[in-house]
Amino acid sequence: MLVFTILGSFWLEIFLKINVLRQVKRLILTIAPTALFFIAWDAYAISRKQWRFDPAQILGLYGPFHIPIEEYLFFIIVPIAAIMTIEAVRKRRPHWTIGDEKNLGGDQR
Amino acid sequence: MSYTALALTAVALALVLDLFIVKTRLVTRKAFWTSYTILLPFQLLTNWWLTSRDIVMYSSRTILGARLAGAPLEDLLFGFALILSTLVLWIYWGRRGFSPEK
Repeated sequence: MLVFTILGSFWLEIFLKINVLRQVKRLILTIAPTALFFIAWDAYAISRKQWRFDPAQILGLYGPFHIPIEEYLFFIIVPIAAIMTIEAVRKRRPHWTIGDEKNLGGDQR
Repeated sequence: MSYTALALTAVALALVLDLFIVKTRLVTRKAFWTSYTILLPFQLLTNWWLTSRDIVMYSSRTILGARLAGAPLEDLLFGFALILSTLVLWIYWGRRGFSPEK
């Protein structure tokens, strides 16, 4: 599933030249706080048995809080896919501003 | 807290972040909704994959019970909150000068 997400989005990086993966610092600053919040949520849900994973269908490697390694990767890969998507949209529709443009003259939404 | 309550809280937090704290106002922008519309089918597809094969299982006590593509309806809220909060922060750092000079 994670490989599918990577295949589904990372081609945008190459073909649309959106340069998301080149912005390593910005990616880390974006993903770290969100991941921290969502992993805390995941830890809570797992500890309360709100959801669970079939041990036979995961790698079986666990990070802190008994969270499978796949979950940690999910909270890194899915945000990157989301960022690539909006950057790809921006590339194709430059007049649809998203809020971080240098020249905000004529803020069209 | 149930998954339902947590998911609603997460969406509310993401909206407050977007509209009032960072003021990216992504939910008022076409680019955001276009991106979300592209991402949603992929979420539904992976949800279906993960639930139909019982890779992920949800306790019936923590959800409302309505399901979409195999996963609890709450998962839509979860996904929305994850996508919105990620993009708000991405744009926040872009404003702070981290975007590449084109």
